[in-house]
Amino acid sequence: MNVFNTLTAPVLMLRENRIDTDVIFPARFLLLMQRDGLGEYFCRDRRRDAQGSFVANAIDDAAVQGAGILLAGKDFGCGSSREQAVWTILDFGITCVIAESFGEIFAANCVRNGVLPIVLDAAAIDRLETAARCGGLTIDLVGSTISWGGPDAGSIPFPIAANDRERLLNGWDETAMITCRWQKDIIRFETAQRRACPWLYEESCL
Amino acid sequence: MSARTLYHKLWDAHVIAEVDPAGDPRAALIHVDRHLLHECSTHQSFASLRASHRGVHRPETHLAVPDHAVATQEDRLTRPADGAAGSQVAELARNAADFDIPFISLADPRQGIVHVIGPELGFTLPGITLACGDSHTSTHGAFGALAFGIGASDCATVLATNAIVQRRADTLKVELRGLPGRCVGAKDIALALIAAYGAGFAAGHAVEFTGEAVLRMSMAARMTLCNMAIEAGARIGLIAPDDVTLEYLRGRPMAPSGALFEQAAAYWLSLRSDPCAVYDREVSLDLAGLEPMVTWGTNPQDAVPISGLVPQPPAEIEAARQHGKTLAAMGLAPGQSLVGLPIDVVFIGSCTNGRIEDLREAAAAAAGRKVAPGVRAMVVPGSMAVRRQAEAEGLDGIFRDAGFEWRMAGCSMCVAMNEDRLAPGERCAATSNRNFEGRQGRGGRTHLVSPAMAAAAAVAGCLVDVRHAESAR
Ligand code: SF4
Repeated sequence: MNVFNTLTAPVLMLRENRIDTDVIFPARFLLLMQRDGLGEYFCRDRRRDAQGSFVANAIDDAAVQGAGILLAGKDFGCGSSREQAVWTILDFGITCVIAESFGEIFAANCVRNGVLPIVLDAAAIDRLETAARCGGLTIDLVGSTISWGGPDAGSIPFPIAANDRERLLNGWDETAMITCRWQKDIIRFETAQRRACPWLYEESCL
Repeated sequence: MSARTLYHKLWDAHVIAEVDPAGDPRAALIHVDRHLLHECSTHQSFASLRASHRGVHRPETHLAVPDHAVATQEDRLTRPADGAAGSQVAELARNAADFDIPFISLADPRQGIVHVIGPELGFTLPGITLACGDSHTSTHGAFGALAFGIGASDCATVLATNAIVQRRADTLKVELRGLPGRCVGAKDIALALIAAYGAGFAAGHAVEFTGEAVLRMSMAARMTLCNMAIEAGARIGLIAPDDVTLEYLRGRPMAPSGALFEQAAAYWLSLRSDPCAVYDREVSLDLAGLEPMVTWGTNPQDAVPISGLVPQPPAEIEAARQHGKTLAAMGLAPGQSLVGLPIDVVFIGSCTNGRIEDLREAAAAAAGRKVAPGVRAMVVPGSMAVRRQAEAEGLDGIFRDAGFEWRMAGCSMCVAMNEDRLAPGERCAATSNRNFEGRQGRGGRTHLVSPAMAAAAAVAGCLVDVRHAESAR
């Protein structure tokens, strides 16, 4: 998994509420079986017409080419659990999403893929939006701050769960982490569970 | 031990280890007892297992079935499978075989939507943790199981370890007050609740549904309610197990039997919130006077009673702009009546409303009538078992005589990954759960309703209040 440490990048604004994962990655592309190279499907139906030609839209606006940070509204990534919604933004070049709130599964999927989800209130995001218009933003995960330069240079802290922060900073693979640290505990748990809830281990129930 | 909610009891029973007691006290490694897989969210999980040379920890705790992209025409087993969808199903079969995971094929009589067949087979049981790479896994919470959707990376972790790191959620009690009237069911209650409190109102919470109406609900209705919890932003919906739950499970193929069932049942009945347990939040909804609901926008919260009107734009500028965009996408104007709105397509099915009880309700509204000219209407049972049961009861005959297409089981037009999809501009009354932009096909317009309302709309050719449609007969 990618390590997230610091990031300085231009910002894409998509400050609409409830941009769901069907918008971010339309279901028909779930028939693709790979996880790489999905960037061209990012918000596909907002960016291209039915014939596949680009239409004028905020995402492909020349001014935000190379965006690495996305500013969103409430409930970003709500809806379907499809991890393609994260793979598509990642392949599009975005590794940090800042929103007023997230679909819970989407936020969890972000952390599994080295994408940093940050929750801030609308006023703070307004400030970042203004700052970003004069240049990019810098995200520092070690210090948990977002800063910007220019005449009104400044910085604000952001909240992040300790466990997610560690995982992103180290680029840990979840499965490896669990097997290294807790293999024995899992077996111990299952032995106890087999005694307490034997029906869960009955062959006919499996 | 202090008083605990149902959620806390389920959580505590599955904690394997704390992750970081000082830094992140809510994070824990929890055991995943059962895992459902479908063809669309798991190739990448198996690919990552292969890449890291990992095996599956306990293959027998998983169950794989194709449902999302499969064709639902009656000749689906003999017709050539659509290329991409066909290879996805083949890939799932190969992965299941390679890793010894029980697999239900398209030809298997048990095939159906994951969230319909889990309960049907008794794979879903009270007191378990159940994960699936699908957000509507909340459905299984209707049994008092801790059930939640996960992404493909997490599916790989669950396959390799039967464990996953989760953060303990806040608890939210939803109390349903009073009883609903005629033709008002779990779907209407879910839509009314989300409309009242807003999509996302339950984000970060495990929702427990309580109240007399819940106690009186069938398992099917309880599943509809918990299914829609995700549309309120909650990853987990819960209902405490009771006699209705036990009766449903008795005799199911994968449920325990005999003395083991009784032993399990005693434990299951203990899974209820203690009387003085404290929830982090509580909300209530009055069911008296509730009408059948219908959505007008592109989010489940955009729901009004069927007698209602398309809302006027809100005062706030940004909100008004979004409202305008939504109405443009839906081809509607503020103040427009929903009753009488012509529809092109009717879809009855999905993990929300594809069970036998739902089909009975729809058949009652369609019996002896004809689908209006120009309307394409289809009934897609949630599972092949539901289909057989409906046929045994003669419901298929009612639907066919009325002019509905009678399909095989699958997700179909809920997610439009097979050939069942809306054309741009087409308007659909659907019993599924999401009216998101493009969900039923690019440019399609979805109105979420109950099965009875959908059948009534098919017959009338427009949205109608099923209660009046019935009394007009
Ligand atoms: S019926 Fe719809 S919501 Fe349910 S599992 Fe299938 S695609 Fe998902």
